Order: sequence, then C-alpha cells, then structure tokens
Amino acid sequence: MGFESANNNSILSKLAINEEHGENSPYFDGWKAYDNDPFHPLKHPNGVIQMGLAENQLCFDLTEEWIKKNPKASICSTEGIKSFKAIANFQDYHGLPEFRRAIAKFMEKTRGGRVTFDPDRVVMAGGATGANETIIFCLADSGDAFLVPSPYYSAFNRDLRWRTGVELIPIHCESCNNFQITTKAVKEAYENAQKANIKVKGLILTNPSNPLGTTLDEDTLKSLLNFTNQHNIHLVCDEIYTATVFDTPQFVSIAEVLNDNETNYCNKDLVHIVYSLSKDMGLPGFRIGIVYSFNDAVVNCARKMSSFGLISTQTQHFLAAMLSDEKFVANYLAESAKRLAKRHKYFTNGLLEVGIKCLKSNAGLFCWMDLRPLLRESTFDSEMSLWRVIINEVKLNVSPGSSFDCQEPGFFRVCFANMDDETVDIALSRIRRFVGVKRSGDESNAVEKKQQWKKNNLRLSFSKRMYDESVLSPLSSPIPHSPQVR
Amino acid sequence: MVSISSNNQKQQLLSKIATNDGHGENSAYFDGWKAYANDPFHQTENPNGVIQMGLAENQLCFDLIQEWVVNNPKASICTAEGAEDFKDIAIFQDYHGLPKFRQAVARFMEKVRGDRVTFDPDRIVMSGGATGAHETLAFCLADLGDAFLVPTPYYPGFDRDLRWRTGVQLFPVVCDSSNDFKVTIKALEAAYEKAQESNIKIKGLLINNPSNPLGTILDKDTLRDIVSFINSKNIHLVCDEIYAATVFDQPKFISVSEIVEEMIGCNQDLIHIVYSLSKDLGFPGFRVGIVYSYNDTVVNIARKMSSFGLVSTQTQHLLASMLSDEIFIEKFIAESSERLGKRQGMFTKGLAQVGISTLKSNAGLFFWMDLSRLLKEPTFEAELELWRIIINEVKLNVSPGCSFHCSEPGWFRVCFANMDDETMRTALRRIKNFVLQTKGHNNKATINKQCSRKFSKLQISLSFRRMDDFMNSPAHSPMSSPLVRT
Repeated sequence: MGFESANNNSILSKLAINEEHGENSPYFDGWKAYDNDPFHPLKHPNGVIQMGLAENQLCFDLTEEWIKKNPKASICSTEGIKSFKAIANFQDYHGLPEFRRAIAKFMEKTRGGRVTFDPDRVVMAGGATGANETIIFCLADSGDAFLVPSPYYSAFNRDLRWRTGVELIPIHCESCNNFQITTKAVKEAYENAQKANIKVKGLILTNPSNPLGTTLDEDTLKSLLNFTNQHNIHLVCDEIYTATVFDTPQFVSIAEVLNDNETNYCNKDLVHIVYSLSKDMGLPGFRIGIVYSFNDAVVNCARKMSSFGLISTQTQHFLAAMLSDEKFVANYLAESAKRLAKRHKYFTNGLLEVGIKCLKSNAGLFCWMDLRPLLRESTFDSEMSLWRVIINEVKLNVSPGSSFDCQEPGFFRVCFANMDDETVDIALSRIRRFVGVKRSGDESNAVEKKQQWKKNNLRLSFSKRMYDESVLSPLSSPIPHSPQVR
Repeated sequence: MVSISSNNQKQQLLSKIATNDGHGENSAYFDGWKAYANDPFHQTENPNGVIQMGLAENQLCFDLIQEWVVNNPKASICTAEGAEDFKDIAIFQDYHGLPKFRQAVARFMEKVRGDRVTFDPDRIVMSGGATGAHETLAFCLADLGDAFLVPTPYYPGFDRDLRWRTGVQLFPVVCDSSNDFKVTIKALEAAYEKAQESNIKIKGLLINNPSNPLGTILDKDTLRDIVSFINSKNIHLVCDEIYAATVFDQPKFISVSEIVEEMIGCNQDLIHIVYSLSKDLGFPGFRVGIVYSYNDTVVNIARKMSSFGLVSTQTQHLLASMLSDEIFIEKFIAESSERLGKRQGMFTKGLAQVGISTLKSNAGLFFWMDLSRLLKEPTFEAELELWRIIINEVKLNVSPGCSFHCSEPGWFRVCFANMDDETMRTALRRIKNFVLQTKGHNNKATINKQCSRKFSKLQISLSFRRMDDFMNSPAHSPMSSPLVRT
C-alpha cells in the first residue's frame, strides 16, 4: 500500500476502483473454501461439494451422442472443414441466419409451440450477462432505476448496474405467500421510488425464478404487464431457465401473454426477453446470450451493441446444426425435464426425511431450502454463522439467502444438477449427519463447533493477484474460478 | 408515415445511449456498404458487381489453417476424436479462461514479435473481439467526459468502441502527408495543450501500431518518445497491436512491450496492449479479443468485465491447440507475411504504373492510396463525389479518408487481402482503366453530371429496419455489419 497504490487508483476510472462488480463481498469465502478444498470422489472424498453453481450437467450423454453422429456441425471435422473459412471470416453482427432461425425455433419448442419467435428479432450478446447489461444500456440512463422482485440472482447487481450506473430497487417478496410477487409489493416499490425522486424505467424479473425455482402464473404475468404498461415502463423477462421446467404448472412465457387477446392493448415496445443456452442446454462456456425485443429500435440498438459480445461463429454454426435437429431437440427437452424432475424429487425427499423443507418448485437447477428452524436466532448474522458451518463442517458450498437479497434470514439455495448420483447421496448423507448433530441439542458441542470455525479464519485477505494464482492451479475437475457465475 | 410526436415518444422510452448516434453508423460512409450489399461481385455469377475493398480481412492463408485443422481433430470438441472433452469445455465458464488458451496466446504474441519479448499468461484477459477490448479499457481507465488522444487518420470503429457507452471522448492528434502522417511529439504536445485549454481531461493516448489505415509501423525512437511523453504526463498508453503479424517487409515490427522491457523508469502501470486474432490469423468470426495490461488492477478489473464478452470455450480450446503448435505457427507467420507482401506489391506497383501513388507501407491488409490529384477541388465534398464514382462507376467499395478523420482530402484506404488473385487482377484493371479515363476525360462538366446523377440515388433515408433488410439479404459473399474493423 502507500503512495504507489494510491497513485494507481487515481489514474484509473471510478468504475475500476468502486466495488460495484460485487466480488469483494463475504460470499466469496464459500468459493475460496471450495477452491482450496474441492470434492473429488476418489482423490478428495472429504472436500467441499459444490452446490452453489447452477449448472445443468444431466444430459451431456445426449449431446455427445448427437455430436458423434453429426460431424458436419463442426467446422473442424473432415466433413465440415470446407465451411471453415467462410465461418471463421463471418463477423456480421446479425449472426448466421441459420443460427438465428435455429434459436427462434428452439425458443418456440421450449414454449411448447405456443408462440412464434421472429428470427430477425434474435440479437446476440455475451451470455445472459451481456444480454442483461445490453438491455439496460438500451432502456435506461445512468441514475435511472429498474424494479426487481427479490430474492433475485445476485449478479444482477453487477450485470445491470456496474457499468451502466443504473440502480436496482427490490420488490420484496415474502415466505408467508411463498415469495409470490404481489401487486401491492410492486406498487409499493414503485411509489417509494417516486417519492425518493428516482426515475423507474422498468421492471426486470427472472421467470422461472432464480433462486426460487418457481414459475409465474398467467394472472401474475398479466398484472405485471398491465402495471408496466400503465406506467409506461419496460418489462424485461429473463427466461433463461425456460426448459428446466420439470413439473406442472406449465411454463407461461411473457411472449404468450403478449399474444393474448386480453392484453393486446399493451404496448409491445415495452416488452423484452433475455435468453441463453447456459442453463437449458448446459453450455455456459459457449457464451450464448440472446436479447429478444418486441421493440424495433431496441432490436436495432442491441444489435449494434452486440459487437461488444458476439457469439463465436464456430459456436453459432455448431448450434445452428444441433438446434435445427427437431427430433433431437424434442427428445433432449423431454429427457432433460425428466431427469431434472427425478433429481429434484430425490434430493428434496432426502431433505424432507431429515425435516428440511424446500419451497415447492417446478423448475430451475436448485431448490430453495428453508433452514430457519436451524438458526440460533432470526437474524442475518445467524444465517451467515450457519452458512459458515455448512461450508466448513458439512462441507457443502450452498448460497445463503442474503446473497439473493432475501429479506428473511434462514433460506439457502442449493444446486443439484451439477453432479452425479453418487455425489448427491454423499451430499445428502452429510446433511443428514449435520441435522442429526444439531437435533441432538448438544449445546456444548455447538459452542465448540462455533469456536472452531471462528478459528478457521475465513476472512482471508488475499491480494487480488495471489487469489488469481491460487485458482490457476491445475485441477482435474472443471472448477469455476470466477465468482458470480450463475 | 409515423408522426413526429409518436417518434419522440418512442425515443423517450429508450436511453440516451440508444437514441444518440454514438454507434457511428449513420454516416454517408455506409452508402458504400449498401452498394456492395445490393450488387456484390462474383467471378461467374455477377462479374460486374461491386468488389469489396473496404473490409480489412486476411483471407490469404486459410489453406494452411484448414490443413492443420484436419490433421488435428482433437483440437475440436465436436469431432469423434475430441468429443470426450465436450462436457468439460462446454461447462467451463471461468472468466480466467482455459489456462492453456492463455498460455498459447501469450506464446503466439511472443512469436509474432520474434521472441524479442515475453508475455505473462496471467495478464492475458479475454474480451469480445478487439471491439470489446477497447471498450473495456476505456471503462477501466477513464470516466465519463474524460478523453483519449488519438492520432489521425484512425480506424472509424474507435468512435464507437471508446465513446459510445462509456461517455469518453476522443481528441484527435492531426497527422498529415507532409511527413507521411508520422506521429510527432510536437503534435502530441500541441494536442495535449489544446485539450488542457479547452478544459478537457486527457486520460491517455491510443495508438494503433501497425497503423490502420496507413499500414505503417512506428520506429523505435518514436515509440520511446511516446512512452516518455505519456510518462511525463502520467497518462495511459493503449497500443492496439492487432496487425502485428501482418508486417510483410522491413523495417521489422517493434512492439511497445519491447520498450517496456528495456526502458528504465517507465511506469508500467500506464501501459496496455489490445490484441486480437481477427487480422493476424483471419478469424474475425471467432471474436478473440485480448486485453494485456502491465497494471495489475487493470488486469483484475478487465477480467471481471470480460464476463460481458468472453471467448467461447469451444473456440478457446481450438485455438489453444493451434497456437501451441510452434512449428505450425512459425510456418504460418512466415508464409502469411510473404503472401501479404506479394499481394500488396502487385497492387501498389500496378497503381504506380498509372501514376497513382500510395503511402509506402510494410504492414496491414490495405494500402493508403493518394487520389488527391483526381479531385475536382481539394475538399471533402469532392472526395465524397469521387468516392461515389468509384463505387458506382468503377464498382469498387474503397474507404474514403474522411471516414478515418483524415485531415487532407483525397486519400482512400484499399483492402487487398480479402480476395483471390483473379478478383485482385479484376480490381486492379478497373482502377487502372478509371484513372486512365479520368486523365483522358478531364472534363469538369462530365464529372459534375455523373456526380449529380449518382448523388440523388444515394441520398436515401432508410429506416433502421430497411437498412437491416439490406444487410439481411442472402449474399453469397460475406456481407458484414458496418463498422466491422475495416
């Protein structure tokens, strides 16, 4: 520290030195614990199991089988090589037409063919991360705000706010009605913003919800649409988990609501969808973000902005082929929903057996676990204490509700689709053991444990470069090192 | 026809960024693109079409690339040989990138600089093409309203990349033909003073070396002087070295990294390099942008920002393999230089034969052509008139100097590496014929008539969607979005 570092800070931008990227929060202790001690069934059976990462790893066998049968989808195979030059050279921000068509078709299929999507409105972005930032840049000025139902995906704080200067105003949802979004709560949030002289430009929601795993019913969607329409503000629906719906009720997309006769007075220029293949197809590495807007000017502007985060044409080409295979897609979607349902049921039943309830959900790659009975007291400090115990003692990296801006302490998001069956069993047995210990009501044990983890010094102060080095160590399993992945 | 008030209303719905012209695409410059998109040249199917010479693409060595790809099926995760890696690669979303990708890029950058410097893989940060890299650096180094000095003439995309969403300004450092457009310290000092007087805060200097559009490189003394200059003013130096491997003749390329390594007392925290594989390897579609900074904080922050535009892991994986093959890379770099040199030589000699001079250059995918003596008068209006004739009569899409903010009318940038030999000969023939005709018919009236006839045709005011329609029209040759790196 000292002069040099102060000097360095003063030569950089405000953006570079503020903390709005969100990565310096205490939540990353969980990541660090995982990175330092990652679970491996053979090499490291006592390591931390990663349950904080919403990945869909259940259907890679289907994808790999398809790849082997379709060598032309790759520009690198002998069958596909003659396309290499044209594809590598193609940099048009409209994207490959066949890619846009395939995405539009896929979006239709995941909505049961109940709506149509126009390929000319499909705009690329650098993952949903880029899509969310782009849509905000198009719709709001620095200092404006977006309403967002809470609990919400924590990286929205970075994606929607960091470089745009736009604010987020949470619409608090409560456990007493299963965290549903009420018109009352929306109005309240909006009115509070008005009183504080904050200009609300829109409302952004994730449906199906992260972290809740629930889907919005048609009536709620209609009232949200009416509300935004009435106030002439935008409605952005992040539908990134569309195809992770594994149970009734059936998913209702905002696109369907917009089509409805009852709402055809609504101004379509205010409605936008964010999509991605990171969750539905399990391809986060490929950075497939999509902005789909019903507003022509937004399509146009977002397309120009897509230059900052286009999808590699190698990937566009591959996906165009795969997603155009309607038979494969139909089978994949059905099988994926089936496997997610099975995994979800197995996991939530396992939790129920030890008295842990989860919010009833029908979608997503996670469940919203209620550990309020395990809190010493109903405070966020207690939640953090419990969380540290879960990481260090139980050795599971789960995500505390406060990281999603949940207003009630004691909820945790637990991901279940990024591991094999054996690992699920191990995770469940660890939870069983932990709950058993807790249940035995052994006060002194609990106190001892508390002192133990305090000693473990989780507030490690790494210099940024040192942290980078530690995560660059060659590890055999794919470890996500960047925090704030979905 | 949409009413004005309704348009205004529509405009107010969106952000200022969405409704200003910061994307840069509303200039008359795009008439050339339209003409090409409407009437693209094809050897057999449209031999009288417009030849695309406004696109700085490197298409001369795809045979070498394709041969390598076919011989290395494991480099692809979509071939039978490589599919076993598919899952690990598809789920990897760490913004540090695949370690072997970073290592391979660092090594490639060293090779391109003749192994005269070393690059640290931990400083390699991804971005959405060089487009994304520039925007990211602007976000990291400057606040809204701050400015970067940039020597003219310069790549028109800088206007968008550095300014549009960041609110950062560009302050030109005018270079002219009196000294072959070389950047002088005198000019830099003068521009800096002028900025100070206008109360504009200069945060850095942006240089493009090798230069687009000039095709020249900076000599060691000038580079040293530039580094001293920015040190003395405590401002940043961003060196865009995207054309590093397109150097085909003496003098050899000197990277700013060489100055950094040898200069004592240089504040490395001020030095940053932008790189990409779009020009050197001819892969603009793959969106491989790199930010390489000597400033730890910038590396760190740029890496966090890279979430908005990561390189697809499918592509990272392919390139990690390809660029690690040192034998292949050495062969490629040597062969590419030779073919570029040969192609440039044929054009410039051919033009010299009809008295057209070009700026002496030894790099790039284009040359800087002097048509000032063909102008009716030394004005930019005359330049644009001449340009429209070149597009509509000569049927070549070249780029007028004014689009690069050149201070002197009459210069045109002509790209030569995006076509085969046959097309090149056709293009050369057309230019020669045109020049000879113009010499013979140096009749003001004739030229005037031609201009006014063509002028009215091109003054079409297109709505955004119609422009998109042009761009969407299926053309067999790669049609591109405007403001690709031309």
